[in-house]
Amino acid sequence: MNEELQIRTTSRDGAVVVSPVGEIDMSTSPQLRVALLQALQTTPSALVVNLSQVPSVDSSGVATFIEALRESQGRKIPFTLCSLAPRVRAVLEIARLDRVFAIADDVDQALEKKAS
Amino acid sequence: MSIEAEHCAVGPGGPHLRVEVLSQPRYLAGLRELVLTISRRLGFGESAAGHIALAIDEALANVIRHGYEGQTDRPIFLAVSPIEENGQPAGIRICIEDHARQVDPSKIKSRDLEAVRPGGLGVHIIREIMDEVTYEPRSEKGMRVVMSKRITPGAAEGSGAPAPGGKSAS
Repeated sequence: MNEELQIRTTSRDGAVVVSPVGEIDMSTSPQLRVALLQALQTTPSALVVNLSQVPSVDSSGVATFIEALRESQGRKIPFTLCSLAPRVRAVLEIARLDRVFAIADDVDQALEKKAS
Repeated sequence: MSIEAEHCAVGPGGPHLRVEVLSQPRYLAGLRELVLTISRRLGFGESAAGHIALAIDEALANVIRHGYEGQTDRPIFLAVSPIEENGQPAGIRICIEDHARQVDPSKIKSRDLEAVRPGGLGVHIIREIMDEVTYEPRSEKGMRVVMSKRITPGAAEGSGAPAPGGKSAS
């Protein structure tokens, strides 16, 4: 049932950038969860979720982000969401989580934040 | 098995559209798209239409996750009605029914948002977005949730979320 989400994982300067492509909902969020937890297993210097190709996220996607954030915090790995579409940002605002996550405009800014 | 819905039947004075779907997450994307398109056609702006589609996604996901506990072979009924005033669309009403176990509507609550943890956000999101949300047991089996949202005339189209405790407009 996870056939609609493509996920690209790349490394950059020791950080890992996970880039899902498609809508994140109850059907596709388990796939993203696996990708994020696998990325953290490699102990990167930072984990960035590039949401530039994600038009919408529902609460199951938000729950996936929260789980990855907690896991990152436990491993002391900076976790950043970047390139949020308006509907994705809106969900975080509705859930009042927009101040809980580190949010960057794009991957470059996310990696700069990690470095600073 | 008879899967007759009580109030979701299409007809004069009732819903204009009715969908019957199995409780499979793979169909959520298509149902979101359906509701998004109808909301736009009724006069909601892009942002509000997206919010309505999200609210319906959350309600359907709650039926699958909590009502049917992940069973993928059970029926869900989705019915959509325009709210009309003076012959003009003034909002949207959406009814979702199921054959899942019945629960006391007073037990269906948003969780405490202060606790940052996965899960439990769906009811909060639905209530933040929609103007009215009513949960009730159906007479024989299953639950019904009826959600409505009105178009706010002249409200600027925004891209953000409804203000905390408030509602997004047109």
